[in-house]
Amino acid sequence: MTTATTHDDAHDDHGPAKGLMRWVTTTNHKDIGTLYLWLAFIMLLTGGSMAMVIRAELFQPGLQFVKPEFFNQMTTMHGLIMVFGAIMPAFVGLANWLIPMQIGAPDMALPRMNNWSFWILPFAFTMLASTLLMEGGAPAFGWTFYAPLSTTFAPDSTDYFIFAVHLMGISSVMGAINVIATILNMRAPGMTLMKMPLFVWTWLITAYLLIAVMPVLAGAVTMMLTDRHFDTSFFDAAGGGDPVMFQHIFWFFGHPEVYIMILPAFGIISAIVPTFARKPLFGYSSMVYASASIAILSFMVWAHHMFTTGMPVAGELYFMYATILISVPTGVKVFNWVSTMWKGSMTFETPMLWALGFIVMFTIGGFSGLMLGVAPVDTQYHDTYFVVAHFHYVLVTGALYSIIAAFYYWVPKWTGNMYSETHGKIHFWWSTISVNVLFFPQHFVGLAGMPRRIPDYSLQFAEFNAISSIGGFAFGLAQVYFLYIIIKTIKGGEKATDKVWEGATGLEFEALPSPAPYHSFDTAPEIK
Amino acid sequence: MTFNKMSGRLPATITSVMSMLFISSAQADYALNMTQGVTPISREIFSLHMIVFWICVAIGVVVFLTMAWSILHHRKSKGAVAANFHESTTVEIVWTVVPLLILIAIAIPATGTLLDLEDAETDAEVTVQVTGIQWKWKYNYVDEGVEFISSLAQSSRDVIKDPTGNENYLLEVDEPIVLPINKKIRFLFTSDDVIHAWWVPALAVKQDANPGFINDSWAIIEEPGTYRGQCAELCGKDHGFMPIVVEAVTETEYKQWIAAKKSEAAAIAASADKEWAMQDLLAKGEAVYQANCAACHGPTGAGIPGVFPAMTSSPVVTGDVAGHVDIVMNGRSGTAMAAYKGQLSDVDLAAVITFERNSLGNSMGDTVQPSAIKNAR
Repeated sequence: MTTATTHDDAHDDHGPAKGLMRWVTTTNHKDIGTLYLWLAFIMLLTGGSMAMVIRAELFQPGLQFVKPEFFNQMTTMHGLIMVFGAIMPAFVGLANWLIPMQIGAPDMALPRMNNWSFWILPFAFTMLASTLLMEGGAPAFGWTFYAPLSTTFAPDSTDYFIFAVHLMGISSVMGAINVIATILNMRAPGMTLMKMPLFVWTWLITAYLLIAVMPVLAGAVTMMLTDRHFDTSFFDAAGGGDPVMFQHIFWFFGHPEVYIMILPAFGIISAIVPTFARKPLFGYSSMVYASASIAILSFMVWAHHMFTTGMPVAGELYFMYATILISVPTGVKVFNWVSTMWKGSMTFETPMLWALGFIVMFTIGGFSGLMLGVAPVDTQYHDTYFVVAHFHYVLVTGALYSIIAAFYYWVPKWTGNMYSETHGKIHFWWSTISVNVLFFPQHFVGLAGMPRRIPDYSLQFAEFNAISSIGGFAFGLAQVYFLYIIIKTIKGGEKATDKVWEGATGLEFEALPSPAPYHSFDTAPEIK
Repeated sequence: MTFNKMSGRLPATITSVMSMLFISSAQADYALNMTQGVTPISREIFSLHMIVFWICVAIGVVVFLTMAWSILHHRKSKGAVAANFHESTTVEIVWTVVPLLILIAIAIPATGTLLDLEDAETDAEVTVQVTGIQWKWKYNYVDEGVEFISSLAQSSRDVIKDPTGNENYLLEVDEPIVLPINKKIRFLFTSDDVIHAWWVPALAVKQDANPGFINDSWAIIEEPGTYRGQCAELCGKDHGFMPIVVEAVTETEYKQWIAAKKSEAAAIAASADKEWAMQDLLAKGEAVYQANCAACHGPTGAGIPGVFPAMTSSPVVTGDVAGHVDIVMNGRSGTAMAAYKGQLSDVDLAAVITFERNSLGNSMGDTVQPSAIKNAR
């Protein structure tokens, strides 16, 4: 009897194992969250370096640094690494860290699977990156890998790409199963669904999207594989197939995918704005319904990426109407955030700055999204730099900004240390000025007629491309500075209080000390 | 007094600042917006673009000014005390319904424009089939029997390291497509290999060219002139190097051009029957090789290891003539090697095969005559 009690006490207190094996064998949600976040950051810098190569080549007209085939490899790998390596794993990392603490659970529901779903990824990305060293080079068909450029006309390394995508898909699906199982089964007593923080809500919806669409992506790459090696003709008209069918399948995955990359961001912003406005989130339930509406609509709009493929006009009309309809629930979100700020008592610590930057610039990306959704005008926008500007506004100043905001907001809880407010603010202003110098002019060159994915351009686009490149280098450098801030904060700094922020709410701030202990909520907290 | 002086000066100051801006924009090109173009559809699209743009600006101004006001006034440092309201069904309904009405206002003109845009068949007067080929365009005037290939001009290829001052760099072709003004032109799009997209902004025509399928689009060009565009769908290595140049001319000039094209084609066909000397074949072959083969097999025949085979000492090129002719004419299925019998004339094929066998590090010593190609067709 006494022995048992002693054992239990010891179990409550034990910390992480020592050494490297801690990270290999860990099943702790905080450790795995940290692993995901570091992987995402390494991938951000890797994909970012490729963007630097792209911007260096585009700095002036003419081919100065790379050959066209290598340029195409860079755009392809940049896209794949940023989408699958940086943004998605960063959100999974945040989910791992935060969901158990926010719902009062001791850990994720499936900790061993959690370990596995992380440890697949370094292998997947090593395999993907290794194609750069192969004869014939890495995949060079864009991150959207349209057939037949990715089948009949692709380099041999494409098979490694296919396998890597399969691995990433398996990892994502396992991560999503874990999130759903955790949220539906592990909430503390009294934590009803409509009491959950919005980050938990948006991740629950995201996880369903992942489970629905990652198998579709797996199907697409498998069909590519059999077209390449086993004489099938899914995407080859000569054998009765259809290259446009590839695009339908890809975007049936791809459009929900873009919401996979933005819904958790909505959750983060919905946590940060009320904290620093010292006022509860405006329209909590409408935020939940808006997120669900966006998720459902996201399955019904995929062909707006394909207005120039020769769809029947009835199809174009439907996809146009459905697409512009998405701006309604998205608008509701922005209006709710602004109303949360209205008549608040705001302060502007670093997380709030990033969140406000998100709201403004994500809205700009939303406006260009609405413009792109108008099918006849998309004739002129499609596949130009206007599109590049659009999706970088929603993915960089949208998704990435929310991730950085989340870092500053929760890092005191994770490490027990405050980051330096001065460094955080410099990081914000440096990034925000440079990111607009980088992407805003791309709207102009796109409208003026510059296609995307070209290594060289005519002289009329020279000035804005030079400006854009300068912005790009500055933005890239700002993220190296971010690395310094991250390391400095982990190593030390002013001690954070348990509540961290004056206006913070939620279990992680109100029921746990800073830093959060290795094992939290061994007994369920009481929910008021 | 001073005020009067100032206000008298102000317009002049503004004018001089404006003219400075204008001068600098004449030197450097800071084009900000979409072209209005020269077709009825391109103008419709432009005005729709501007309508949606100004709606976005208006919404943006309201949202961002509200945010800015809130940031300036509702801050703790100014002693603001947080209110506690956090729900209002009325407000939620209002900001769901109002955007919905705005969207309907956008959707109505957009539907009209889209229906116009998609009606290529009605009353088409000239039909041109456009075929995307890695990395050039083939134009076929279906009613006239005129066909030719248009690829990036040598003047752009020559300055690729430093194009400073090269007007229309990457937007110049060896043979532009000539079209009559004020006629409804129907374009049919297809591809011989991967997906390309034919885009000329001034015509507001952007349509994918899919292998094995045919898409269409149309234009009525209202002003004579030269209109330039580019491939808009990633189609491999030289995607950035397959421009489009449209020359819009009067109907008389168009007819003259068609006649000239026909007699040119007849002359080429006739030259296939004569016996060609080796040096003539080599000279012509080099030009054909650089325009059609060098993109993959390299200007010196080195290829790109692992992707495109080398010409130098290639088993095909240094092997049996019939096998070599077969691959060039019919392509190799399942690879990027295209069938050139539809793209090149008998003379061009004979010349380029002869060139490959006797140059680029090879010296087989044999020639292939145009008549042999003619027989092989």
